[in-house]
Amino acid sequence: MDLEEAKEFKERCTQCAAVSWGITDEGKYYCTSCHNVTERSKEVINTEDIPNSKIKAINRGLKRKKKLEKGWDWYVCEGFQYILYQQAEALKSLGVGPELKNEVLHNFWKRYLQKSKQAYCEKPIYTTRKKAMVVEDNLSHLDCSSEPELLSDVSYSFVESGAESQSDIFSQKSFPVSSRASQPEMVASVCSGSLDGVEYSQRKEKGTVKMSVPRTLALCYLSLLWQREAITLSDLLRFVEEDHIPYVNAFQHFPEEMKLYGRDKRIFAVESWPDYEDIHKKTIEIATFLDLPHFPDITEDCYLHPNILCMKYLMEVNLPDEMHGLACQVIKMTGIGEVDFLTFDPIAKMAKTVKYDVQAVAIIVVVLKLLFLLDDNFEWSLSNLAEKYNKKNKKDKPWFDFRKWYQVMKKTVDEKKHKWEEARAKYMWKSEKPLYYSFIDKPVVYKRRDMVVNLQKQFSTLVDWTPTVEKKRPSSFQFNWTEEDTDRTCFHGHSLQGVLKEKGQSLLTKNSSYWLSTQKFCKGYCKHLTTYEESNFSLSYQFILNLFSFLLRIKTSLLHEEVSLIERKLFKNKYSKTKKKSRRSRKARRH
Amino acid sequence: MSDFSEELARPMTKDDQVKMSVLSGTGMHFPWLQSYVETVVIGGKKKKDFAQTTSACLNFIQEALLKHQWQRAAEYMHSYFQTLEDSDGYKRHAAPEIIWKLGSEILFYHPKSNVETFNTFADRMKNIGVMNYLKISLQHALYLLHHGMLEDANRNLSQAETWRYGEKSSSQEVLINLVQAYKGLLQYYNWSTKKKELSKFDKEDYAYGTATRSMVNRSWKTSVNLGALIKIPGVWDPFVKSYIEMLEFYGDQDAAREVLTNYAYDEKFPSNPNAHIYLYNFLKRKKAPRAKLLSVLKILYRIVPSHKLMLEFHTLLRKSEKEEHHKLALEVVFGVLDFAGCTKNITAWTYLSKYLRQTLMGNHLVWVQEQWNSRKNWWPSFHFSYYWAKRDWKDDTALACEKAFVAGILLGKGCRYFQYISKQDHEVLRKKIKQMKKSVKKYSIVNPGL
Repeated sequence: MDLEEAKEFKERCTQCAAVSWGITDEGKYYCTSCHNVTERSKEVINTEDIPNSKIKAINRGLKRKKKLEKGWDWYVCEGFQYILYQQAEALKSLGVGPELKNEVLHNFWKRYLQKSKQAYCEKPIYTTRKKAMVVEDNLSHLDCSSEPELLSDVSYSFVESGAESQSDIFSQKSFPVSSRASQPEMVASVCSGSLDGVEYSQRKEKGTVKMSVPRTLALCYLSLLWQREAITLSDLLRFVEEDHIPYVNAFQHFPEEMKLYGRDKRIFAVESWPDYEDIHKKTIEIATFLDLPHFPDITEDCYLHPNILCMKYLMEVNLPDEMHGLACQVIKMTGIGEVDFLTFDPIAKMAKTVKYDVQAVAIIVVVLKLLFLLDDNFEWSLSNLAEKYNKKNKKDKPWFDFRKWYQVMKKTVDEKKHKWEEARAKYMWKSEKPLYYSFIDKPVVYKRRDMVVNLQKQFSTLVDWTPTVEKKRPSSFQFNWTEEDTDRTCFHGHSLQGVLKEKGQSLLTKNSSYWLSTQKFCKGYCKHLTTYEESNFSLSYQFILNLFSFLLRIKTSLLHEEVSLIERKLFKNKYSKTKKKSRRSRKARRH
Repeated sequence: MSDFSEELARPMTKDDQVKMSVLSGTGMHFPWLQSYVETVVIGGKKKKDFAQTTSACLNFIQEALLKHQWQRAAEYMHSYFQTLEDSDGYKRHAAPEIIWKLGSEILFYHPKSNVETFNTFADRMKNIGVMNYLKISLQHALYLLHHGMLEDANRNLSQAETWRYGEKSSSQEVLINLVQAYKGLLQYYNWSTKKKELSKFDKEDYAYGTATRSMVNRSWKTSVNLGALIKIPGVWDPFVKSYIEMLEFYGDQDAAREVLTNYAYDEKFPSNPNAHIYLYNFLKRKKAPRAKLLSVLKILYRIVPSHKLMLEFHTLLRKSEKEEHHKLALEVVFGVLDFAGCTKNITAWTYLSKYLRQTLMGNHLVWVQEQWNSRKNWWPSFHFSYYWAKRDWKDDTALACEKAFVAGILLGKGCRYFQYISKQDHEVLRKKIKQMKKSVKKYSIVNPGL
């Protein structure tokens, strides 16, 4: 309708000289090619002809009232944009620099919209799909150079005006506003609150990565990585679980007028926390899809460098600082501290990003194995020595006693785990704004919601909420070890003298043997390198894997795999030897 | 009333309840199986965290209930309510019942809870989904009864009674009957208290007349309520008992007899010893012929051979003229003593010792041997050990004497029980023991001399 009516207006655009006008909701003419809005407005002859004359007061471009649900018109990608916006805000309040939101994430998002042909391109899918009234020769005037250049285009403030200006980007730039009103039967659609919910969920294009709620996190993580921020993926996911970053029910903070129902439910409602491996996979997937260039180098002064992460995790699990030297040695020998290895390059043939946190923790496991063997025997005899020494020499720097450390850690972790399990069991998944599939469903769903709220209100009178209500402040550390706490000894200052011995000028470990977590890697179609069958390993090793995988909230098998990978790099020779041997034997068999 | 459309669309069955354990045909119980099955990782769709955390929440609630931590249970309950909004339709469906069961348990014990809170909770839960209305109403009424609030309970039941929702499924019909029956039971309670008051009145009194009239009135309504339920196969003991009491009170013997006979003999009803006991007691009160009484007790004997009525059965059989009854009498009294709960029953032992003597005197050695053959392996250690001899003598000398006689007859003089008792020196019993020794010598089925 708008474009049809706008045909009366024949003047050239002052900016791009095109003659293709649309009418904004305020009734003003705007140029469909460069989105320049004129001061001229269409004369309104009969107000009844304009169904949304009321909206003038609201003064929004796209957010036109729908007849049925009385909400704004909005697209699914706007919903995701809103979620990203909130997530970026949350990250900012966690201390991440403002550039992440203003520049990096904003540009990634724009690039995503362009790559997925939702905006910033010649034929946005919305136009082509719905046979909009935008005529072909109008499109020819489109200035294709408006495609965003990565990390340079900040002219549209993704940030300052926040949510409210976001949709303006679309309304001005590429969404054919006009096509909607000309199809009133679509307006009356009862299948989704968004304009394209149904279509969106049916869309299956090869090569396109469809946005989803977990993928918004992948996008966030990509921008964190680009910025080399001091947040690892496991931190990010933990913050999500602790509700510091919007994820579950992120939609409930959408503006009141953005109604969600029907298919939107399937798109925006989440009933699981993000999974490490899944998000990691999605991160690579999106980066490849966006065709991102080589990421900024991760050098030794970056938080994500294993040297620094190892220090962090050593502190976290209450191990002596002295272990850091050995850890750095292992990092150097395996070459996993190299810039080329650490930096993410999506264009590379085999795009992969290092699991920085898992890797750092795996190094610590390897170091522990080097020092204590962890065969359920050697570590205890070393502990006996340390205990004896500490008893005798009370004034000296105490030797690190593995047994004592185990006792302290076991107790603390068990308590923490129990609390974590309880908190998870109490987690409230359901939003205050219930989602429903259809209008028939709506009263039922709302009634059920009321019922739950009432019941909760009743039961909350039976509960003493005082200590539990207090929300934890987000922190990248989960444990706190101080010298003063007698109950939970701090081992940071303990020495490794008990497990090392001098030989000439160098220090050797008393332990001279080592066992490999994986003897032989899978090379089949099973898609995994190794498996982790708990009962095959020593109890100490199990304990340490469980401790670290709880810390990172990952599966133990994932950590085991990472440990094996580092060992493969560390004991290259051994693995190549066995390889040769097996090859030879195979040959021999053939003859 | 709630009208969740989907609940209408879907027929409910009893199987909709979540079973926390799996029962196998052998009656073995595997409570861990459910959780085991849930934790096994099968390729395919991963369980959503929502499902995981809510089931963990349920476990925490059950644990807290088990440990009587009502406050903690209430805390978790607060989160568990969200299962009412589960996107899994099957689980959402099962949620109200689980929540009702857990919630009512918590509110029953929680120190901060009171009748009012319970009422609000029950009223709320009744209106979540139609299928639970009657069940919850009934349990709500029982809660009120437990707190002595008969009036409220009655009002509650009346409300439930008049409740209708579309086409009732068969399971709901039983519930409606139950609701009515409980209402009847409450009326019976009123009637019964009235009856007690009435017994204080003089029969000639005017007040007596009006009181009886109102009682008759009440009783009629009650019998309608109770009668309907009793016709449905099931175990309805308290209802049957009160119904019979009222029928008998108004002299409707035939109706009472019919109800009881039906309750005991209708094959559609589950086997229920009480049904036969009620019938027997009724017939006894009505002085029914011995043959009739025997036939009732014969059935009871088949179901519960250890019942105390078996001793009555035994005496009735003894009085009978038929020889086969005499044989059965021996079998019955032996049977009673097979049960650990009856080992100290002196009546039973006296009956046995007397009847053994009588039987052997009547030259029915074969009968005794027949009974003894199946028991001779285990009765000696079960009844006649040295330990028992010492203990019985200490606790109850009369019992010890009876047992010693039986032991002597069945096991011979050499038996330890008999020897221990016979060696005791007791002034009063000296004569009796002597006599016992004599009869044992005469009648013992173990005859070393032969």
